[in-house]
Amino acid sequence: MKQTLLLAFLAAITAGIAQAADQMRMAVTTSFHNSGLADVLLPEIAKDLDLEVQLLVVGTGQALRLGEAGDVDAILVHSRSAEEAFVADGFGTHRREIMYNDFIIVGPSDDPAGTATAETAAEALQSIAASNAAFVSRGDDSGTHKKELSLWADADLAADTFGEWYRAVGAGMGAALNTASGLNAYILSDRASWLNFGNKGDLAMLFSGDPVLFNQYAYLPVNPELHPHVKTDLVSKLETWLTSDRAQALIDGYTIDGETLFVFNAEPVSN
Amino acid sequence: MVSDLFPLTLKGAETSRRGKRLVGPIDLSLDGQGLCVVIGPNGSGKTTLLRLMHGTARLTGGEVSWACDTATARHHQAFVFQQPVVLRRTVEENLTYPLQLRGVARKQARAAAREWAAKVGLEPHLTRRAMVLSGGEQQKLAIARALITDPALVFLDEPTASLDGRAMREIEAILLQAKADGTRLILSTHDMGQARRIADQIVFMLGGKVHETGPAPAFFEAPQTPEARAFLQGDIVE
Amino acid sequence: MHDPPATSWRLLRTGLVSPRKTGHFHAKQAKGGSAIVDLWEGLRHAFWLVVTFDAELADIALRSLRVTLTALFIACLIALPLAALLAVRRFRWRRATIAMLNALMGLPPVVVGLIVYIFLSRSGPFGALGLLFTPTAMIIAQVIIIVPLIASIAHQSLRELWAEYHDLLISLNVTQMQKMCTLLWDARRALLTAALAGFGRGIGEVGAIMIVGGNIDNATRVLTTAIALETGKGEFALALALGFVLIALALGVNLLIHWIGQTERDSRW
Repeated sequence: MKQTLLLAFLAAITAGIAQAADQMRMAVTTSFHNSGLADVLLPEIAKDLDLEVQLLVVGTGQALRLGEAGDVDAILVHSRSAEEAFVADGFGTHRREIMYNDFIIVGPSDDPAGTATAETAAEALQSIAASNAAFVSRGDDSGTHKKELSLWADADLAADTFGEWYRAVGAGMGAALNTASGLNAYILSDRASWLNFGNKGDLAMLFSGDPVLFNQYAYLPVNPELHPHVKTDLVSKLETWLTSDRAQALIDGYTIDGETLFVFNAEPVSN
Repeated sequence: MVSDLFPLTLKGAETSRRGKRLVGPIDLSLDGQGLCVVIGPNGSGKTTLLRLMHGTARLTGGEVSWACDTATARHHQAFVFQQPVVLRRTVEENLTYPLQLRGVARKQARAAAREWAAKVGLEPHLTRRAMVLSGGEQQKLAIARALITDPALVFLDEPTASLDGRAMREIEAILLQAKADGTRLILSTHDMGQARRIADQIVFMLGGKVHETGPAPAFFEAPQTPEARAFLQGDIVE
Repeated sequence: MHDPPATSWRLLRTGLVSPRKTGHFHAKQAKGGSAIVDLWEGLRHAFWLVVTFDAELADIALRSLRVTLTALFIACLIALPLAALLAVRRFRWRRATIAMLNALMGLPPVVVGLIVYIFLSRSGPFGALGLLFTPTAMIIAQVIIIVPLIASIAHQSLRELWAEYHDLLISLNVTQMQKMCTLLWDARRALLTAALAGFGRGIGEVGAIMIVGGNIDNATRVLTTAIALETGKGEFALALALGFVLIALALGVNLLIHWIGQTERDSRW
């Protein structure tokens, strides 16, 4: 009986899993994945294209590195200047804008810095710096982090000169939100991650809507001339799908708690 | 087979560690008749002498030679230690172990184990773990395991030193039976009573050297050296 | 429903857990207040996930087992003979090897992960194999992590046994291979403990397999990386539920192996 049980056990753990016919790997940012949109899109992609897209959820910095090394077939990130450099350096074939969402400023619900009444994002950040209220920064070279740094620069402030109230945690969006929740601190987050975040604590969304906070996502196929193993046909198949009407309906129709998160803005025909 | 091994000859044999001589130089020739007992006070080098002969102590000078080549001689020897070494296995598996090493078929090995367990009175314990046996039983097991390969010569290093009288008597009976069956035995002891009971030949060691050798009755009746005489009288000799 | 927490749990002070659907784990909605409630919710989630035999959970748990048990098997094939060799043979680099193994026992998994990552990356020396972000890569990383642990623990017990057996085996003039086999067989119960320690380190490891596996849904997501993911989303209850499943799994495997060892002993001794 002992052997039978053991065999059954081994059989159970070695049993294979059914997989879609085609597979490709795409590096995406934490903020995109945390939005939950992937859970809507991937099953539809599998259905329409018989294609299993394996997501590597990393920061923008690492996503770009994965593309440079050829460890993924395509990347979907949101850091325009880094993306353009990626293409210019020959790591990607081209950059295709897909959709955008926006960043928001989250903070303690009693808003000690008074950001809620600010006119612009720059003004909101200046008020946080002026009040020395705790602020959590991603500090991980991600798209969100780069965005945050550029916003500080727009507000004529230099993040590297800040005092102890400025906490760079070096972590993903969710982990940074957890930290902000624990410290009851301000933080810059993308709207999707915030709405999907389960541990809001005493935090509330305080500022949003400034166009400077818009967050453009772009799709970048990895250059097959550099990495011949890249599945170019699957990559372009996915690109076509992501820019199709079908994708538009799904992206524009995706809501959390009644709020629309993403705005589809891909040009229907590439080039 | 005995004639194949003997005479055993030691010529200037010695062993030293870090420049300090532990035993030797020893010149000795044994014809391997009957049961040879190595006696001497503690620290006189009895154990090292046995190991030198067996080939498990490093020979740093001189030579130890057998009638046949050393490897063959070694193959027909066994060694029993003062503290019985038993494998963490059953009594039966302990007995079959040396046979397995020699490639004896499992069935045959088990039959031999049963036979030898019976000979040393361990048959009821055949399937028990050897570790739970008493000290005397463990030593009997070690002796049976040494004899099971039918060796020409068995070394026994103070095999009864830590055992009670009954176990000692049983083990001596086993050894005398083995001698009667044709196995040559070289045994060390510091127990003079035991030496008188079982020895055919005596090697008297003192200070790392062989001091006196001879047939047992002659040695006990008329020792040739004053040290041997003193040792037999129970005086402290060094 | 949204009462402030009665107990302030300093490190885990989570405040309110908003009611929402929880990914594709078909779990009940979490409502409640303090971290204690999270714990309770976690247990409840774990219970429901298991009794409803959640397909995705089963998939992830089995992948965890498959990866770690495969790694354990390979690690034992390497570590146990190595430990035996170190016990019976005096060679030149023996001491250095032992010291190295002991030091490597504390090898940070993240560093192992990073090194394996660099080697397996498409632009790394073994890139052509295409192993990065596959279960094979995770197995490789885990083997590297647990081999020193198993070898070190195994060496300790084999060394003790060798001290016991040394005189006898030398006298019996056994070959190096026979020495090693005898030690490995007679110390098998202690070696099982070493293997279980390796299993524990492997199944609970997250740093390395996160890096080399990539935590890809349906491909390389295992319990620990799923826990890290759900924690990142602030889904503490679900993360805890997965944690309880992980603990149960580790305990289960331990008990199973002990049970097998037990039956064996009863029948022999």
